[in-house]
Amino acid sequence: MRWYKTLYGWIERRIQLESPIKDVVLHPVPKSTASWWYVFGSASLTLLILQVLTGIFLAITYVPSAADAWQSLQVLNHQLPLGWFLRAMHGWGSNFMVAVVLVHMVQVFVFGAYKFPRELTWIVGVFLLVLTLGMAFTGQVLRFDQDAYWGVGIGAAITGRVPLIGRPLVQLLLGGPIIAGATLTRFFTLHVFVIPGILLALVALHVWMVLKLGINEWPMPGRLVRRSTYIEEYNELARKSDMPFVPGAIWKDLVFGGALLAAVAVCAIALGPIGPGGPPDPTLIQTVPKPDYFFLWIYAGLALLPAAWETPVILGAPVVILLVLIALPLIAGEGEKSWRRRPFAVLLLTATALGLAVLTHLGTYQPWSPKMNAWSSDPVPVRYLHDITPLERQGAIVLQEKQCRNCHSLDGEGGRRGPALDDVATRLTYDQFVRQVVQGGGNMPAYGKNLSGAEVDALVGFLETLHPAGQPPASDMSRALQQSETVPNAVH
Amino acid sequence: MADSLSEQEKAERLAKEQMSRRTLLMKLGIALNGLIATAIAIPVIGYLFGPVRRKGAYNSWIELGAVESYPEGETRLASYRNPFTRPWDGETGNVACWVRRLEANQFQVFAINCAHLGCPVRWFPQSQLFMCPCHGGVYYADGTRASGPPERGLFEYRYRVEKGKLMIDAGQMPTLSNDARLVKGIEPCAGTRRSTAG
Repeated sequence: MRWYKTLYGWIERRIQLESPIKDVVLHPVPKSTASWWYVFGSASLTLLILQVLTGIFLAITYVPSAADAWQSLQVLNHQLPLGWFLRAMHGWGSNFMVAVVLVHMVQVFVFGAYKFPRELTWIVGVFLLVLTLGMAFTGQVLRFDQDAYWGVGIGAAITGRVPLIGRPLVQLLLGGPIIAGATLTRFFTLHVFVIPGILLALVALHVWMVLKLGINEWPMPGRLVRRSTYIEEYNELARKSDMPFVPGAIWKDLVFGGALLAAVAVCAIALGPIGPGGPPDPTLIQTVPKPDYFFLWIYAGLALLPAAWETPVILGAPVVILLVLIALPLIAGEGEKSWRRRPFAVLLLTATALGLAVLTHLGTYQPWSPKMNAWSSDPVPVRYLHDITPLERQGAIVLQEKQCRNCHSLDGEGGRRGPALDDVATRLTYDQFVRQVVQGGGNMPAYGKNLSGAEVDALVGFLETLHPAGQPPASDMSRALQQSETVPNAVH
Repeated sequence: MADSLSEQEKAERLAKEQMSRRTLLMKLGIALNGLIATAIAIPVIGYLFGPVRRKGAYNSWIELGAVESYPEGETRLASYRNPFTRPWDGETGNVACWVRRLEANQFQVFAINCAHLGCPVRWFPQSQLFMCPCHGGVYYADGTRASGPPERGLFEYRYRVEKGKLMIDAGQMPTLSNDARLVKGIEPCAGTRRSTAG
């Protein structure tokens, strides 16, 4: 006998893992489960392993101290051989992981795989999603830059809205009165010990249940799930196919997992490590904090909610979403699995996906935020200054100097908080301009105190010139009547 | 009576008795472990909850420099070292705020944090507005809400002038839940006034 066979035999006699492992890998699965649609669960696990390994490598260098964390990331990026690559793999790995976990969840939902007897597998999966997002957020904080600092600030501000216990909760979250060293060590503990610990335990449970209950069979329209008969039907299906899990189904998982790792590596090499951005110095306020892409939809939602709705929605929505996801398999645990016979489920999913996509898209260019530098960086287009009076030109200067451009665009340049001004004269008359500028209204501040009468005159004069060549400016009929004596006569 | 029991029955009774005795001992062991674990764990909760302190416990009066360094009628960025810091806090132990000097000893000191979700607001002297880069909150020079999602004006620190120095009562990141120390009005009285925010 070869020496390694002897060694294997020696070890196996002592650990006796061969037969349980054989049971697992050789159990028959329905043929239909060997599909490219069924690779996302194992892909998530592959990425998790990548995150654990790269995370361990990063922890060798990373210093979880508020004074030094940012510097240690610079050392990783610029001084240690391949330090940048490990950071890039970990960063892009997390981006991929959030995406793949979501795709996995969508697939399970569409294929009705959460129905009996896999309800608990789904519920554990919901918690795995929450933990994955928790890892994403805490990881973003460990990249201790300006975005991380103010991101925690947003977290604290949200926590501070909790009724009654808001104040102690904020202090617990921050580990003290402000975002500082104690905050970072807390998030480090969460990211490196607490969440991964729970995550790995739940992943083990999740996979265990998949192995014990079998992989969901391909849903066929009309084949209904009934608690009384399902197990028998499933076993029959698996036995008939007579295909063992290994290698019948697993080869596609392996190919996809490998391709995914390669994709992460390509992103890491081509796009490099993510951040860190500016140093976490709270006195440097020339910053526009922004979350990573998977939280952009929340960021957008927070900007668009009416003020009165904000606290209830911020605090209530996560609870409601969680409860709905947990309740789903308990309420709809039986019946049709096929998406062809579940129009409401498909509609709900499409609506959710569209909503998330729209909010994320809005979050990428945040039209609700003033563009802080527009007033000094985006000049009035020259063609708007042709053939106008000196007073109107003075108005253009007022428009720039009073930061109007931070919220209003001309020729596509400038903020988008307020309406574009290119053809504003076709919408507002002289009186309406004056009222809007002086008193504000809608979402516009009142400038009455900050503009002299002359400045208002000049500004409104300029605004009145802003209309397309072939389109006359809005005019006030009553003023026209008053000024022109010929018109009343004509009416009579 | 005991004589009437067969040997087998005696053995069974003995086994039963031993079993129940062992079960009892096991339960005792579990209870003992539970008791000791609880006794150890409860004080440790105090460690975890260490950062939680009563209202204003983190606050103290901080000097923001000479009154004369703030021109009248202007709003300037100031920063201070937070009174409660750890040695490893680095730059994060610094806090910025906006100081508006109305006249002589009349001040308004605003927190840097937007009342919406805590992003740093910027002052634009030309238009006399504070603007927030995150979700578009805008405030007037006196800190009242001008537009955008905030449901109230900027957080304000209590201040006093002592020997020509401007002092503020600060120490904690302002949020909607702990602004009781951050008086909304002008009078610097005890922090009992609740904000109007919901």
